[in-house]
Amino acid sequence: MSDREKTFVDDIDRELYDFRFDSTDSYRLESGLTEEIVRQLSKEKNDPGWMLELRLKALDIYNKTKMVEWGPDISGLDMDKIDTYVRSNTTMKGKWSEVPEEIKETFERLGIPQAERESLAGVGAQYDSELVYHNIREDVKKLGVVYTDLESAMHGEYEQMIKDHFMKLVPPTDHKFAALHGAVWSGGSFVYVPKGVKVEIPLQSYFRLNAPGAGQFEHTLIILDEGADLHFIEGCSAPKYNVANLHAGCVELFVGKNAKLRYSTIENWSKNMYNLNTKRAICDEGGKIEWVSGSFGSHVSYLYPMSILNGKGSSCEFTGITFAGKGQNLDTGLKVVHNAPETSSVVSTRSISKSGGISTFRSAVTIMPAAKKSRSTVSCQSLMVDDISRSDTIPAMDIRTPDADVGHEATIGRISDDAVFYMMSRGISEEDARAMIVSGFAENVSKELPLEYAVEMNNLIRLEMKGSIG
Amino acid sequence: MSEEILNVSSLKVNASEREILRGVDLKIGKGETHVLMGPNGAGKSTLGYALMGHPSYEVTSGRIGFMGEDLLDMTPDKRAKAGLFLSFQNPVEVPGVSLLDFLRTAYEQKGERISLLKFRKLVKEKMQILNMDESYLERSLNAGFSGGEKKKAEILQLLVLEPRLAILDETDSGLDVDAVKTVSVGVEHFQKETEGSLLIITHSTRILESLKVDKTHVMVAGKIVDNGGPELVEEINASGFEKYLKE
Ligand SMILES: Nc1ncnc2c1ncn2[C@@H]1O[C@H](COP(=O)(O)OP(=O)(O)O)[C@@H](O)[C@H]1O
Ligand SMILES: [Mg+2]
Repeated sequence: MSDREKTFVDDIDRELYDFRFDSTDSYRLESGLTEEIVRQLSKEKNDPGWMLELRLKALDIYNKTKMVEWGPDISGLDMDKIDTYVRSNTTMKGKWSEVPEEIKETFERLGIPQAERESLAGVGAQYDSELVYHNIREDVKKLGVVYTDLESAMHGEYEQMIKDHFMKLVPPTDHKFAALHGAVWSGGSFVYVPKGVKVEIPLQSYFRLNAPGAGQFEHTLIILDEGADLHFIEGCSAPKYNVANLHAGCVELFVGKNAKLRYSTIENWSKNMYNLNTKRAICDEGGKIEWVSGSFGSHVSYLYPMSILNGKGSSCEFTGITFAGKGQNLDTGLKVVHNAPETSSVVSTRSISKSGGISTFRSAVTIMPAAKKSRSTVSCQSLMVDDISRSDTIPAMDIRTPDADVGHEATIGRISDDAVFYMMSRGISEEDARAMIVSGFAENVSKELPLEYAVEMNNLIRLEMKGSIG
Repeated sequence: MSEEILNVSSLKVNASEREILRGVDLKIGKGETHVLMGPNGAGKSTLGYALMGHPSYEVTSGRIGFMGEDLLDMTPDKRAKAGLFLSFQNPVEVPGVSLLDFLRTAYEQKGERISLLKFRKLVKEKMQILNMDESYLERSLNAGFSGGEKKKAEILQLLVLEPRLAILDETDSGLDVDAVKTVSVGVEHFQKETEGSLLIITHSTRILESLKVDKTHVMVAGKIVDNGGPELVEEINASGFEKYLKE
């Protein structure tokens, strides 16, 4: 990220560092999420009428849906105070002094400038990356590509398109946090790539990370028309710190006929975060979705990007890595539904657990009766850095046609002492040797990332591996 | 003898609680090339590992002096930094770590920072000596390399790192004639360009043909049983280790 263009904000109004509530604070209620809060939010956002309706419906579903109970413990989330999570999203500012030391240190090591650090930590002034963002937007605009924030797009010529797609792939009924998202979503990106347009440069949501609500309930909606081609990159390796510790974002990807979308993510949440993100893609005939996913940080994660292969010959590739360190329980994986003939999915994931971290990998592959001559291969490799960490693989396969080719393999390994000795015999310290081996293990993901992100990911792994000896 | 580089005295080493080296003495001077021969299982590799500090090999008594320092207290990385190098009989594969990254990280341990561009140039020059294709740099360290390629990669490391003493453990074993020649050219280069010392563990004379050899040692059952000049290599080559085994 070092050579990304940056604008520095030197002097920031100290007032911004203090917690403060806007006058809207008056709507604060004893507990829970209420219609008033949602209406108020909708008003602030200047939603069109249909969006308010959608929010209210989602709220209703939210109130009627039971808490998630099957995965890692999320009882640390106080759902009775959900309104504070919502409100913090627009009106609460934290103090730099309250940002955890480990995060500050990480910023330091990743070489992120102060202004940007504060912004990433959610306590700074809006980091001014508008210029870079604007230039990219102008470039792709010439191709007819729409790349903008979702809120303003709802008021323009794409309103109908958004209305037709928004939360159609991930309906609020999906699970409690999808419903919550529907009710209170805020911030995020909208991308539309017209027929036959191939976007050469990756679009990066990084530039909008600092919008209010980003990193909490943001919504990403990407629509690729027939034959379009796009690489979209979400997030960055700097840990994002939020005073509120719930992230329930949503990503909906529509891949048209023969279109190709690559969606890359490096997430590195602060270690107090509950990351309950929902991502889903649907592919038309011949369409292809490629997921590249790196999950770092957070206290608890539930993350299972889903691909629905809905058109003949459509395909999905998933390349992922999860790194669970001390105090982390990361439940990640993916789902694929083969719903048309000759579809294929190729999954390759790595998970690393260290210092008592728990990493669980779940895969769910469904081959529907219509998906004749479909193929699926899932391969998951785990690496346990020490004896106190845990790594589990839970594959599920539901195959409803005999005419399909499905394979699954899982391995669990440890860092080889001989490899460590070999590297040490060349002057590399034990700590660095182990970090290099772990980075190497993560290569399936880093080789798929643009160089600067790959470098960042390796730095991140090094950082996580620090002090892993003894 | 010229300036002393290595001084091993009365070295005893256990592996899995069993005594493998039963009192080894060995001195190597600056710029000298020594050959270590001996039947399989004599303990030659064990000596290499023990010098490098492999944790599976426990030094129970004796000393290892290296350029005036006591190696025994040092971890393997410190020993490498002090100028010791071991070319492995079976180099380890490290998936996902490119040969280039590995070489550069190792190189920088000497305390010298170097730009990627400069380093590439340096490595490419060494690769030419070894007839190695540049494309190896991007490949994972030793992963999927053939036996010969692994050994060439070891010698490449030798040339890039320029240690004071390199132990080559059967670097020539299992290689075809051409590969042995290439490896030998690399070793010769090291010998001539750096004044580095060598301890070459080998069963054959082929790798030694173009090298100047100063001394030969014969190890049997964990002890050095004979010392001589370059002529001893020829002798053993002709009549084997029989005479040592009978004694
Ligand atoms: N890590 C080890 N654990 C147990 N025994 C070992 C180990 N390494 C070597 N040995 C034993 O030590 C003896 C010498 O082995 P080695 O040093 O490899 O001989 P050489 O290299 O001369 O053929 C052999 O009997 C071998 O089985
Ligand atoms: Mg041996």
